[in-house]
Amino acid sequence: MQRKSGLLKELVVNRLLFLMLLPTVLFFLINSYTPMVGIYYAFTRFDFNTSLFNSQFVGLQNFEFLWKSGVLARLTFNTIGYNLAFILLGNVLAIALAVLISELRLKWFKKLTQSIMFLPYFVSFVILSVIVYNMFNYESGFLNTFLAKLGAEPLDIYNMPWIWIFLIIIFYLWKNIGYSMVIYLASITGISEEYYEAAKIDGANIFQRIWYITIPMLKTTFVMLLLFALGSIMKGQFDLFYQLVGNNGMLYNTTDILDTYVYRSLKVTFDIGMSTAAGLYQSLFGFILIMTVNAIIKKINDEYALF
Amino acid sequence: MKIKDDNYMKWFRLLAFVVILLTSVACLFPLLLIISASLTQNEAIIRDGYNLIPTVFSLEGYKTVFRFPEQVLRAYGITGFATVTGTLLGLFFMTMAGYVLQRKDFKYRNFFAFMIYFTTLFGGGLVPWYILLTKYLKLTDTYTVLIFPGLMTPFLIILMKNFIRSAVPDEVIESAKIDGANDFTIYSRIVLHLSMPGIATVGLFLALQYWNDWFTSSLFINDTNMYQLQYYLYNVINAMSFVAQMGAGTGVSIGDLPTESTKMAMAIIVTGPILFLYPFVQRYFVKGLTIGAVKG
Repeated sequence: MQRKSGLLKELVVNRLLFLMLLPTVLFFLINSYTPMVGIYYAFTRFDFNTSLFNSQFVGLQNFEFLWKSGVLARLTFNTIGYNLAFILLGNVLAIALAVLISELRLKWFKKLTQSIMFLPYFVSFVILSVIVYNMFNYESGFLNTFLAKLGAEPLDIYNMPWIWIFLIIIFYLWKNIGYSMVIYLASITGISEEYYEAAKIDGANIFQRIWYITIPMLKTTFVMLLLFALGSIMKGQFDLFYQLVGNNGMLYNTTDILDTYVYRSLKVTFDIGMSTAAGLYQSLFGFILIMTVNAIIKKINDEYALF
Repeated sequence: MKIKDDNYMKWFRLLAFVVILLTSVACLFPLLLIISASLTQNEAIIRDGYNLIPTVFSLEGYKTVFRFPEQVLRAYGITGFATVTGTLLGLFFMTMAGYVLQRKDFKYRNFFAFMIYFTTLFGGGLVPWYILLTKYLKLTDTYTVLIFPGLMTPFLIILMKNFIRSAVPDEVIESAKIDGANDFTIYSRIVLHLSMPGIATVGLFLALQYWNDWFTSSLFINDTNMYQLQYYLYNVINAMSFVAQMGAGTGVSIGDLPTESTKMAMAIIVTGPILFLYPFVQRYFVKGLTIGAVKG
């Protein structure tokens, strides 16, 4: 009773604040929380004509199918594998580039190159698919044109599933490296010049200065970005994969991730029960992962905890 | 010692210069390929393939796009409308939310902040969301669906909150309150003015997201006249039937149209506004990233 009157009092006193927050709260209720009810589809055989709770209940059958067919294992492996590659390569490269660019003296060159590296982040993923078409299509792609000039045999990239592992990682880096580099560069700029001067007086060379000052100072940023990324390790870069690979069945083995599978089950095969099940698996697995990671970090170093 | 250090330094700077230069070239290269192809004669592309420098210069790709401009212009209009409306609405809601959530005297701010943050941890997934929007809210082929789902994201709300917290001192709000201003007046008269740079940053993130959106069309739009620009381009690239689409009713056969160079020209036309605005707005993004990286 005491608590309730407290809430009521708050509502009256701060009614304007509540009102100002209302659109946002409504948005998340509708767009994010209501769909959670639909998780039930994962346990049914879907029928578009009946309502949600009248659909036939089939228990864990959908999950069982996904598990036994090996789909789930493959998708999980691909999703986590790609994300680990993105996180590791992305951060290492971004740090290296940020360190290098911070040592340059020409101001206009620094600004110009930073802008150029950040530019791909702004280009849409559809343009990325145009780029891939332009570079790799068999008849007139840039790669085969180039190979022909060298007198080499043309490559049929679309029939080489293994090469897409590298292409996807390369284009991920192309699109995102500027973004993380800017973050690291900002951290480097924030390091006090005094450390470097003191190190110089002590006779430390440039490599020692980078290794013993710059890199340790980037640790906080690195750990934060790392944890943030680990939290969404089950979420794939849907746009990237879909625009690069599309509906090319030849390449699914090496390039299919949970997000593309769910999307395809919805759009192409319209298998609602199955795709909801895969989506729920993704969501739950990700949730458990992030909770575990966060608990471990809290034990090691409370400051870095996500929440 | 000093001489040796300078010696290292020289080589290191040279290495840095070369690596950064090469990386920049690699970043720019794919875009240059498209620009070049859009300026190449179609027959030359089919004969010689795509090149970094046009083998036979021609503007026919662009000319073809603007021979039947209705479709492109309509897609432009729809995306422009969704971008402007969505960005303004989203900014209005998110600035209010950010302001309320950073008010330390607002008792339930942690509860609501967590409610927003939780959606990044767990969700119902794509399919239940899709069914909600199509079957229950009946949003297929509406302008609402092009705008509503993108209005806000937890990341941008947190960014907005941090911006407002760093731009508006608590004392300013306190003294305005003592002067008898209500919470909304404080927001509209003081908070909005003081956090303009932050609003610009969040607004640009939001606008970019609307402009580059193709996903919404692919899920919720069946009417080809309502495709967003990016999805329109996507279809042009993928569907061979695009020639029929563009030349519908004009009696132009497939053989007459320079398909390859037109695709590339279309890609440039779609990206044009971003390439044009990029030099002017990129510093706001850089600012957003550096402030957003601060935990809060």
